[in-house]
Amino acid sequence: MADLVIRLRHNSGGLIALALFAVLLVVFIVIHPRFNMLALEATANQGGALALIAMGQTLPVLTGGLDLSIGAIMALTNSLGSELLTGSPWQIALGLLAVIALGCVCGLINGVIVVYGRIQPIIATLATGAVYTGLALLVRPAPGGEIDEGLSEAITYSVFGVIPTPVFIFIGLVLLVWMPLKNSIIGRGIYAVGSSEIAAFMSGVPVKRARLAAYTGSGFFAALGGLFLGFQTLSGDANGGVTYTLNSIAAVVIGGTSLFGGTGGLVGSIYGAYVLRIINSVLLFSGVPSLAQPLFQGAVLIFALMASALRLIGIRNRLEVMG
Amino acid sequence: MRDAQSDPAFLSMEGISKHYGGVVALDDVHFACQRHSIHAVLGENGAGKSTLIKIMAGVARADTGRMMLEGKEVHHFTPVDATRAGIVCIFQELSLMPDLSVADNICITNPPGRRGFIAQRAQRQRAESLLARVGCNDVNPISRVRDLPLSRRQLVEIAKALGRAPKLLILDEATSALTAADVEKVFAILRTLRDQGTAILYISHRMAEIEAIADHCTVFRNGRYIQTFRQGERTPEQVVQLMIGREITQIYPPKPKPRALPEPALEVDNLAWEDRLNGISFSIRPGEIVGLGGLDGQGQREILLGLFGVLRGLKGSVKLYGRDAAVRSPATAKHPKNAIAMIPEDRKTEGLMLPMSIRDNLSIASLSRFVKTGVINRSLESTRVDAMIETMRIKIGAPSDPVRTLSGGNQQKVVIGKWLMTEAKVLLLMDPTRGIDVGTKQEIYALMRKLADDGAAILFYSTDYDELIGMCDRISILYHGEIIRTLVGDDITEQNIVAASLNVDLGKRATQTTGAAHG
Repeated sequence: MADLVIRLRHNSGGLIALALFAVLLVVFIVIHPRFNMLALEATANQGGALALIAMGQTLPVLTGGLDLSIGAIMALTNSLGSELLTGSPWQIALGLLAVIALGCVCGLINGVIVVYGRIQPIIATLATGAVYTGLALLVRPAPGGEIDEGLSEAITYSVFGVIPTPVFIFIGLVLLVWMPLKNSIIGRGIYAVGSSEIAAFMSGVPVKRARLAAYTGSGFFAALGGLFLGFQTLSGDANGGVTYTLNSIAAVVIGGTSLFGGTGGLVGSIYGAYVLRIINSVLLFSGVPSLAQPLFQGAVLIFALMASALRLIGIRNRLEVMG
Repeated sequence: MRDAQSDPAFLSMEGISKHYGGVVALDDVHFACQRHSIHAVLGENGAGKSTLIKIMAGVARADTGRMMLEGKEVHHFTPVDATRAGIVCIFQELSLMPDLSVADNICITNPPGRRGFIAQRAQRQRAESLLARVGCNDVNPISRVRDLPLSRRQLVEIAKALGRAPKLLILDEATSALTAADVEKVFAILRTLRDQGTAILYISHRMAEIEAIADHCTVFRNGRYIQTFRQGERTPEQVVQLMIGREITQIYPPKPKPRALPEPALEVDNLAWEDRLNGISFSIRPGEIVGLGGLDGQGQREILLGLFGVLRGLKGSVKLYGRDAAVRSPATAKHPKNAIAMIPEDRKTEGLMLPMSIRDNLSIASLSRFVKTGVINRSLESTRVDAMIETMRIKIGAPSDPVRTLSGGNQQKVVIGKWLMTEAKVLLLMDPTRGIDVGTKQEIYALMRKLADDGAAILFYSTDYDELIGMCDRISILYHGEIIRTLVGDDITEQNIVAASLNVDLGKRATQTTGAAHG
């Protein structure tokens, strides 16, 4: 019982995001003019890519860093996908592997620059992001390409006509990728580095490997996001990632992960992404002009941020708040 | 306990020297620690104890000298090598990760599990058993370290160290926040470890603890090895004498004769904050320099921060110039009606904005004086800044150079000058001469005395006893957040300061110290 209370308190950020998500979902269902399962499916698909990107962004943020190239990696992998994901099942399978590998390599490059180049993540990934965008434009100068429709339908429809497929993708990723990572020495290292790099180093934690893993993981999820976007649009777009980078950071914060690193988790980021997405729909249906939507999105983000700053109230030495 | 001297040393050092910039931290040190022995290391602040430990842990590297592990010389010793050799340190600054759970922290160096994956249940069980060993059954292993009080954190730290099966266990002030009962439990564990063959280095400023636990003692002074003896072979008086040595230099301005002084500028009554300050009362008249002494971290820093409005929830009353003052932030502290200035401890982070110019740094605290209709009057600012550079004799190229380009001593002069420009009447000085050369020190001492003579009330915290003796009209010694003794006039001697700092009453210690130190 006591354990449960402690665990709930530790995950309060993610739980707040879940509550916010649930409330918005109910509002969405109520005010949707013609609500049916198809509308739910469409919403799940619209938020799918952002959710995947936000999951990736969570990892560098947990280390106290940031990945500003994540949208560019998504666009690059999306563009490559629009070249490779056609033909025989074997060709498609190889194409999938190649796209995911590309994402991981991009992430690893970010990690190497941050860890060994000792460049601050925010600027290192801003620079590599430009490089990845350039590569994406070489691969796909104009939006287009081709992606296997059968696979696309499988990914973007609903299972038994009720539960959208992306939900299963998220559950699968959390169970098969995130939980094992979180319980590994590397995963522990990701949290440890973000919490106190010096203490982590002094405890013999593999600090460098943890950072490399975080950025590589970010690239991995970015590639999944790029693939998902491809299945949704059936094409590739080298400039498709622009808005995703900053929205992914917003989703991570709403999901309860601290930008200082050390606390939070990947699951909350999924809710965070869908909170952002559903707000758009809700605002649309409630008659708010689309031009005013950023204003409301911003207001919601500010509320979420204030909630995450509540812990600072208890600190009595004001220098510690700034440290 | 076995006779430790008959065993070969687990770790020994020969001719170790270490410099930080121009400061000699260790000078030709010889040291050895044996298995089956608890070895206390004694010395004043800055005697070199911390550096010694850092070298053993592979965190710092000696400039010269050799280190032997079980008789074999080691080269390029890193923290990883130290861990592999079974050297485990419990540092003064806690090495826990605040956002991770207690169990995560305890098992972080070697988590249970296979192929890089951590077995949660096994980890929890291990954490529980280690916590039970240090008497911490009340701590839930899944709670976050951030949420624990300092005393529990120290025990978690000890549990973490035990989990690594140390061959050499180093405790650096590792019991400073523990109650007497907790300390007893830790001591029982240490004795068991010793009997099983672990070498233990124990660093503490509490004499009573050292008498209770140590088998051997080594004294350091000013980075030099002084002496090693078996516990009990020296009286506490002799140990204190060894720690302070005999080196007195005359670089201080003469103190004024006792004289009639105006009403106090600062009166503090019954100040308390969290568990760090308790019942602090004192007053300072214009013209006085009052010292805060004692060991590091006994609450001196908190007194100054509290008076400067940095701490929330400060209790007690503070009067300035005879009236009640509510100083809630540094901004109100420096307001002309309060006229408080603080020279912070760390000039690089708290004192200066390193990339900004010397001029901008000097004027930043007194900008409101140069503002005319919302705009800074640049020429007036420049005039005043130039005058201050002149007064302080700061050696600079141009006032527009970044302050980062100055030497440490001149940087410190900029910090002081910045606050003098506010024409403060109450000066709070936090270790203002740390890490600067003797010549500049002397200038700062002369300046302090001049400011006092011109009517400033000065509260002066220093870790250097010599400096306190040379400068202060009165010295209050802090111990565990309380003023345990105030020394005036001829009572201001190094011996009295050291004794009060350690809470040893040299006259009648047998009856008092044990109770007081554990109280």
